[in-house]
Amino acid sequence: MSARTFEEHPHQAAGTPGDVLIVAGVSKRFGGVPALSDVSLTIEPGKVHALIGENGAGKSTLGKIISGVIEPDEGSLTLGGRPLDLRSPREAIAHGIITIAQELAIVPGLSVAENVYLGSQVATAGFVRRRETRRRFRDLAQHAGFDLSPDMRAGSLSIADQQKVEIMRALSRNASIVVMDEPSAALSGRETEALHEIIRSLARRGSAVVLISHFLSEVLKLSDTITTLRDGHLVRTVEAAGATEESLIEGMLGRSLSSAFPTKVLADPAAPIALEVENLKAPGVQDCSFVLRQGEILGIAGLVGAGRSELARAIFRDAKVSSGVVRLGGSNLEGHSPHRSINRGLVLIPESRKEMGLLMGRSVRENISLSRLDLVSRFGWIAAFRERRKVSELMAKTTVKAANMGLPAMMLSGGNQQKLLFARSMMCSPSVLIADEPTRGVDVGSKRAIYDLLVQMAQDGMGIIVISSEIEEVLGLAHRTLVMRHGRFTADLSNEDMNEQAVLAAAFAETSAS
Amino acid sequence: MTNQTTEHIDVLDEVPGGLGSGASRLMNSWRTAGIAIPFLILFVTLSITSQPFLHTTNLINILDQQAATLCIAAAGTLVLVAGGIDLSVGATYGLATVVGGEIAAHHSPVLAIGAAILVGLFVGLVNGLIVTVFKINALITTLAMSFVIGGLAVKVSGGNLIVLSPNSGFFKFANAQFLTVPSAVWMTLVFVVVLGLLLSRTTFGRFVFASGGNAEAARLAGVRVNLIRVVAFTLSGGAAGLGGVIDISRLLSAQAGSGGNALAFTVLAGIVVGGTSIAGGEGSVWRTTIGVLFIALIGNGIDLLGVDPLYQQIVLGVILLIAVGLDSWARQRRR
Repeated sequence: MSARTFEEHPHQAAGTPGDVLIVAGVSKRFGGVPALSDVSLTIEPGKVHALIGENGAGKSTLGKIISGVIEPDEGSLTLGGRPLDLRSPREAIAHGIITIAQELAIVPGLSVAENVYLGSQVATAGFVRRRETRRRFRDLAQHAGFDLSPDMRAGSLSIADQQKVEIMRALSRNASIVVMDEPSAALSGRETEALHEIIRSLARRGSAVVLISHFLSEVLKLSDTITTLRDGHLVRTVEAAGATEESLIEGMLGRSLSSAFPTKVLADPAAPIALEVENLKAPGVQDCSFVLRQGEILGIAGLVGAGRSELARAIFRDAKVSSGVVRLGGSNLEGHSPHRSINRGLVLIPESRKEMGLLMGRSVRENISLSRLDLVSRFGWIAAFRERRKVSELMAKTTVKAANMGLPAMMLSGGNQQKLLFARSMMCSPSVLIADEPTRGVDVGSKRAIYDLLVQMAQDGMGIIVISSEIEEVLGLAHRTLVMRHGRFTADLSNEDMNEQAVLAAAFAETSAS
Repeated sequence: MTNQTTEHIDVLDEVPGGLGSGASRLMNSWRTAGIAIPFLILFVTLSITSQPFLHTTNLINILDQQAATLCIAAAGTLVLVAGGIDLSVGATYGLATVVGGEIAAHHSPVLAIGAAILVGLFVGLVNGLIVTVFKINALITTLAMSFVIGGLAVKVSGGNLIVLSPNSGFFKFANAQFLTVPSAVWMTLVFVVVLGLLLSRTTFGRFVFASGGNAEAARLAGVRVNLIRVVAFTLSGGAAGLGGVIDISRLLSAQAGSGGNALAFTVLAGIVVGGTSIAGGEGSVWRTTIGVLFIALIGNGIDLLGVDPLYQQIVLGVILLIAVGLDSWARQRRR
């Protein structure tokens, strides 16, 4: 990148604002699972183009293809009539395509100005020209209407201000296309307003803005064009003027049921209470209360970032709890360690088996018996025979397929790895199981096996909480569904009220300004 | 951009049948048998090229000299497998020798031995608590502690060399002969076997592997990772104390500066050459033992063959680099 900035060359041509980006027939598969199938759209300069859809609909994948993070398997991109073959975010930036990701890419130890001009420093013979940098920064800030000190350490800024730094970086590079992935997710009401103004001004200046957002009202307010995705397919692209929240939700709905669910055996409504959560407050969780009965499968739905996993970890006592009570089988769950929770009969299958669940380099056997080695040992000495017998029994119950139990966990397929975690949980014979995203990255066959396991465990009297981003999974398994948004429950659905429409409406409920 | 890069790696990871699955299987077998093969080759080579090498005296001598290193490396393996590192063992060894030496000079041998080991255990406990409670990087903690302990050792001994009389019962501690093998070697054997079984056959050992392999997963599975790490560090300190007291009994002298960083690095080299992963979660005590002896054989061979001792360091450095390189290569393959 050269040190050109837009204030000197308002209509610079490196990535000329004014070029049309055409996405033609783009497909992408991850490990055989299609994430995006034959998607085509046209992104016009001077307009805000929103991408909406459920979790996993493919909107972020599409955003990443446009910003060069992911290369498509099929299809092509053209910018201003010229084919665009992006191999890295860096190449995208060189073409004037700037991404403002959910996770901000600032260097906390550098100043605001240094961050803005990162990679495009105003320099003479390798020396950064500080005064010139600051002069340009002031012009840029004034133009954008931001009030940021160039010398502040970027790491000390609020998330919103850090986002401004990223936006200024985009502005300074004369972006022709700005991709924003959930830009307002971390912002307060007033900051969101400011962001909206910036998005509008970017469009006025002739840039195209690709806005990926969960906030339908935001999408309707800001965009000119809205594209709805579902299961990696493009449902439709419409003019925002003619769309309503209802019509958008309707477009996101209507997935085909890709895997059948076991028949539900509803729990006895008078069954003893297995778990009771009262006014629980923790980071990301605001005042949650609910009751789980023995044999009940409770679904927790919500968008990514709604606080579902945070709730799970707060109940499991893995996260700091600021207030509230968790009662397990009638008595308070004290202590601050998963160790205690497991001993009391509460088990968590975490959302990411690779990072939080398994010891990938250790054997199937060791992974399964880890939580309850006391059952197969005496005075700390592991009885190898008893361990093998117990593990093979559990492997049979959870239908883990592995050539032998000495195989490292990493050699197993995703589905079998997930079953290892179920086998481990079963060995704990808990009274309550929390399964966070139990079928993420699992093939269809294993999915069904895991559903059967969950239903079986519930029938054996366990209370089960299933957290999932796949609405159909929650609906297919749960006897009752709680919908979360911004750390709170926004709906408690059961029986005929429990449908995709109601879940989505509650998940997208507009409380963003609160 | 970090986020984007990781995403990208994830995507690549999804592609089945990555490169070199055969190579990683080879790597796995290197991990299990690994160091044994070069060790045997070196052993046979030395037996052929050097007359005095295969003599029982020479072999027992090697073991006797390596007693302290073997003990410390065995416990250090536990620390490394649990995801920590202990660079303070050299200094702890020094402190244990002067404390043990001072006491042995005036009081009963039992008291001296007990005190030296207790000092070591205490230093290890402090290391473990700093690393887990204050969450300070183990490398920095133990490096800093080695300065503190080194200073303390000089304070205890007044900077003097402590010399003990060969007539005391203390001398027998490491030098009593049983089946023509000195007790130092027997003690080392027992200690190494106990720690080896502790790591490979007990619940504690499993928790050690889990803590180093994936601390987050271990914690969520109910393993008290901090407790496990504190115990591992304490054992490492205790082993340094034991090593120290074995050596003062063997050599009948104690000095604050003995051991030091050279010992800490020799121990670490032995562990890593033995194929224990520097990143934790992999390793075994018996392979560490062979790693330590492998390094000792190189030294012994260089002595016996009359090669300039200068080469010993160079060879050791190169071997260490190869071992660490293989380890990190294997881990990258796996990702």
